[in-house]
Amino acid sequence: MLQIKCPCCGPRDHDEFRYAGDASVGRPAHTDADFERWYRYVFVRENPAGAHREYWQHVMGCRQWLIVERNTVNHTILSVNFSRGTPA
Amino acid sequence: MRRLNKLGRIDRSQPIAFTFDGKTMTGFRGDSLASAMLANDVTIVGRSFKYHRPRGIYSAGPEEPNALVTIGTGGRREPNLPATTVELADGLVAESQNRWPSLKFDVQSINSWFSPFLAAGFYYKTFMGPTRRSWMFYEHFIRKAAGLGRAGQEPDPDRYEVRHLFADVAVVGAGPAGLAAALAAAEAGAKVVLVEQDFLAGGYLLSEPSAGQAGAWLAGMLARLADMPNVSLMTRTIAFGAYDGNVLGLLERHNSSSVDPRQGEARQTLGLLRAKSIVYCTGSIERPLTFANNDRPGIMLASAARTYLNRYGVLAGKRVLVAADNDSAYSAAIDLAAAGAQVTIADSRAQPGPQLLEQARRGGIAVRATSMIAKAIGGHNVRAVVLIEPRGKTTLECDLIGVSGGWSPTVHLTSHLGIKPVYREDIRAFVPGKLGAGQFVAGAVTGSFTTEAAVDDGHRAGNEAFAFCDAARSSQAQVKFDLPKINAKLGVIGDDGNSGLRPKPPLSPAFSTQTNEGVGGKMNLAKGKAFVDLQMDVTVSDIALAHQEGYQSVEHLKRYTTLGMGTDQGKTSNFYALSAMAGLRGMAIPDVGTTTFRPPFTPVAVGALAGLSHGHHYKPFRRTPMHDWHVSNDAEMLETGLWMRPWFYHASSRDVNEAYVAEMRNVREAAGLMDISTLGKIAVQGPDAAEFLDRVYVNGFAKLPVGRARYGVMLRDDGIVFDDGTTTRVGDQHFFMTTSTARAADVMSRLEFLLDTAWPDLRVSVSSVSDEWAAMSVAGPKSRDILAAAFPDLDVSNDALPHMGLLEGRYRDRPLRIIRLSFSGERAYEIYAGASVGKEAWCRLIDAGTPFGLKPYGIEALGALRVEKGHVAGPEIDGRTTLDDLGLRRMAGKSSGFVGEVLGRRQAFSDPERPRLVGLRCVEDGRRLRGGAILFRPNEPVQGHGLGRITSTTYSPTLDAWVGLGLLATSAAQEGAEFIAHYPLKGEAVRARVVSPTFLDPKGDWFHG
Repeated sequence: MLQIKCPCCGPRDHDEFRYAGDASVGRPAHTDADFERWYRYVFVRENPAGAHREYWQHVMGCRQWLIVERNTVNHTILSVNFSRGTPA
Repeated sequence: MRRLNKLGRIDRSQPIAFTFDGKTMTGFRGDSLASAMLANDVTIVGRSFKYHRPRGIYSAGPEEPNALVTIGTGGRREPNLPATTVELADGLVAESQNRWPSLKFDVQSINSWFSPFLAAGFYYKTFMGPTRRSWMFYEHFIRKAAGLGRAGQEPDPDRYEVRHLFADVAVVGAGPAGLAAALAAAEAGAKVVLVEQDFLAGGYLLSEPSAGQAGAWLAGMLARLADMPNVSLMTRTIAFGAYDGNVLGLLERHNSSSVDPRQGEARQTLGLLRAKSIVYCTGSIERPLTFANNDRPGIMLASAARTYLNRYGVLAGKRVLVAADNDSAYSAAIDLAAAGAQVTIADSRAQPGPQLLEQARRGGIAVRATSMIAKAIGGHNVRAVVLIEPRGKTTLECDLIGVSGGWSPTVHLTSHLGIKPVYREDIRAFVPGKLGAGQFVAGAVTGSFTTEAAVDDGHRAGNEAFAFCDAARSSQAQVKFDLPKINAKLGVIGDDGNSGLRPKPPLSPAFSTQTNEGVGGKMNLAKGKAFVDLQMDVTVSDIALAHQEGYQSVEHLKRYTTLGMGTDQGKTSNFYALSAMAGLRGMAIPDVGTTTFRPPFTPVAVGALAGLSHGHHYKPFRRTPMHDWHVSNDAEMLETGLWMRPWFYHASSRDVNEAYVAEMRNVREAAGLMDISTLGKIAVQGPDAAEFLDRVYVNGFAKLPVGRARYGVMLRDDGIVFDDGTTTRVGDQHFFMTTSTARAADVMSRLEFLLDTAWPDLRVSVSSVSDEWAAMSVAGPKSRDILAAAFPDLDVSNDALPHMGLLEGRYRDRPLRIIRLSFSGERAYEIYAGASVGKEAWCRLIDAGTPFGLKPYGIEALGALRVEKGHVAGPEIDGRTTLDDLGLRRMAGKSSGFVGEVLGRRQAFSDPERPRLVGLRCVEDGRRLRGGAILFRPNEPVQGHGLGRITSTTYSPTLDAWVGLGLLATSAAQEGAEFIAHYPLKGEAVRARVVSPTFLDPKGDWFHG
């Protein structure tokens, strides 16, 4: 079981969190009408073996959205930060 | 009797009665079921999986492939337990498996005669080719014939629990290495959990003569550990899996005969042990030898024969042949001889060491060098053995054969996280690979097989494990404590200068060629089956066949032959299979690789995994504040997601189909009251709240006046409709959003995502207020009169509270919100009261409304009313439909963007074949529409997916007809066109006409005004 060190609640089991996918893809601006950029944002993923930035929400805790850097090969968690205030 | 009146760690003053296949037998406290059966001269314990050959007890531990039994009766039956791991208990009922009619005479043992047809790949070849259809016929018989034990049919009365444990250092295995590791870590100050699968701690020290030095050392260690409050020794607990984050899955067995579920006692407890660091001291498992008839009862691992003698006081045979290719089996031979057996050693090596020979000679044991078993003779028990030696064949009488093909480190747990074990040529075995942070190994699992090394290794690993989890304390402690020394002269002294119980196996490849059928055609000594995997009945020739047919990768070999796929997971057979395949392919063993080790190490009962999460506790139930009223007023309750909701009320009818129509009619003619507390409710507040809603909904909210409500639809980023609901502007910077019941959590999470990640600049806060409000809807022509009667101090006139208007007040000192919204098409009001006074508010409406004909209605009528009105809901908003599909595009008229706008305009979404929302009306009298029916044109062949489907249906009392909503190809969806609705599940086909989805009151006169 993964343990995520929530910057608000401390180390918690991963089943308190909701995984929400790749955090390395930048969301187009709200007013952006470019089809290609939205298509890439929604559908195109790298799937790297190694460090991966991903969104997790602490749904059973503080409900903050977090950016977790996780090694997809061995599941080590390299960093956890609030999404709010973390540069993309 | 094979029980001696001395030796062992059993208490002869405490006899224990048990039954095996109905026969009462006696063992002693401290026995395993296997040792007690052996003591009672039970030689045949079961029949084998495929050939139904008689099988006996093969090992003394969890690696047991043969002696699987069913324990218990009725709902407590637990099949496929290795008798070697079952602790004997008073009144234990054991039963043999896979035999019919009896163990001694089994009808299906004729399978042995058909065995040429039952070789590896039999099922694929027979039933997956042109003869595949015959599988349908034969499957039942085959599944019955090839099988294991049978679980009980009744509900299991026992209680199972789940527990969470935490430790600084977890130590797996309480052998010499594990005990030393636990003591080292504990002396340093760590909180230690030491788990041991056996009911006694000690590991293989328990197999040493109990009166000897091993016993004294063990007792001393256990006494010291018992004195330490920071050590928890868990026996009867197997670590079955290693998981991310240094978490171990534990299964703790409690004494099965004495647990009383009525007292809340659990039979098994599943443990999740979170440790900062782990020391694996899992030991090693002895390897078998392969030769013709190597599965006969009376053949067991040499170490097992020694364990039965020294631990249980059971001499398993009087004339014993020990066949080995290494030094360790001499310990067994010497102890068996000392206990009075006549022992011969067949050593496949040409020159066993002189010290070994000297010790054997002193023990009165004949040693035959360069001697291998060609064949065992005997049916229900081995009677003799044919040895092949340089001078030719020799036949020796014997009643027990102890085999030893060296030792395999128990690397399973260390490999569970995907770390491949590494092959060491010097010991011809796999050892753990490079483990992750905080994981350590010690003892035989590392490939060093001496007791001294295990103790030193354990001590080192215990200190390292503590240093890992508490570097600061560890460096200042530098614990010096006196670890009891274990005398080097335990057991046999090997000739390589290594003292110890388990000298390293030799390099001799003898064990892998010691076979009749000959791996790669090397030898052909005798006829008869030579088994590799005793449990799955896989023979040496099956492996050769797999190789010949091209199944050469070990993963293919495993699946083609089923080798290693039994409940024992090939603990005794995997290594042989790998080395055999390496031999056949002319490769080195590490190049062939290993199969993947996955949890669980030993089987885990589903009951233990479920714990208390079954039946009523399978998932939580959410109840609305009015729940008790519904129940006491005879509502039929229905689970919808996590919620319990009234389906219909028995006062309307006992039958749901009559009840919902009656409830609908009452709403249309008078008024109905519905509990809608399950809706998601979100408070959206802040200076940018209006802008935020403008972005997430396809329709505009920025200009919504305070005190007004609006229906809104939101999309996913990919342009598919996500959810709908109404949002009311309570204040300039305060909106009250409702979501569908099903999507409440997703919508909340999505809003938080957008604010936290996409638009952190927006000054908006969202909070779930779902549980703060009780909600109810009063709908129907009399609804305003009822509201006025219930809340006489509020002005609910059309001017004060028009359609889509909000009225705020107070009820019982709590805020009250009345929002005039209609889901049913009637004049209707949603009343939001504080959750704690919700039931009171509900009763007040019922009391005030009864004179007007108000009755409660359930979700069946609710769903029917919205279909009649043509409102889309869950069946239409199914994660595949767009704004255009649902006829909602007109809502998205605003110029500013909204979530999902860009991808919502994908070309494929405007395909004329794409289904869009239509109304359907049944045109055949006396027949009905069904949700899920597929739509075809009247003259079209009925095949494929048709042109569309019906999503929701209801009988409409207003129209006296069956109506429904459906999704139908745009190009075909002209009003008036007729389709056939096919419902293959019931073989129905009924004619339906496409109509407007708004079946009644198209101008909305009913709810306005």
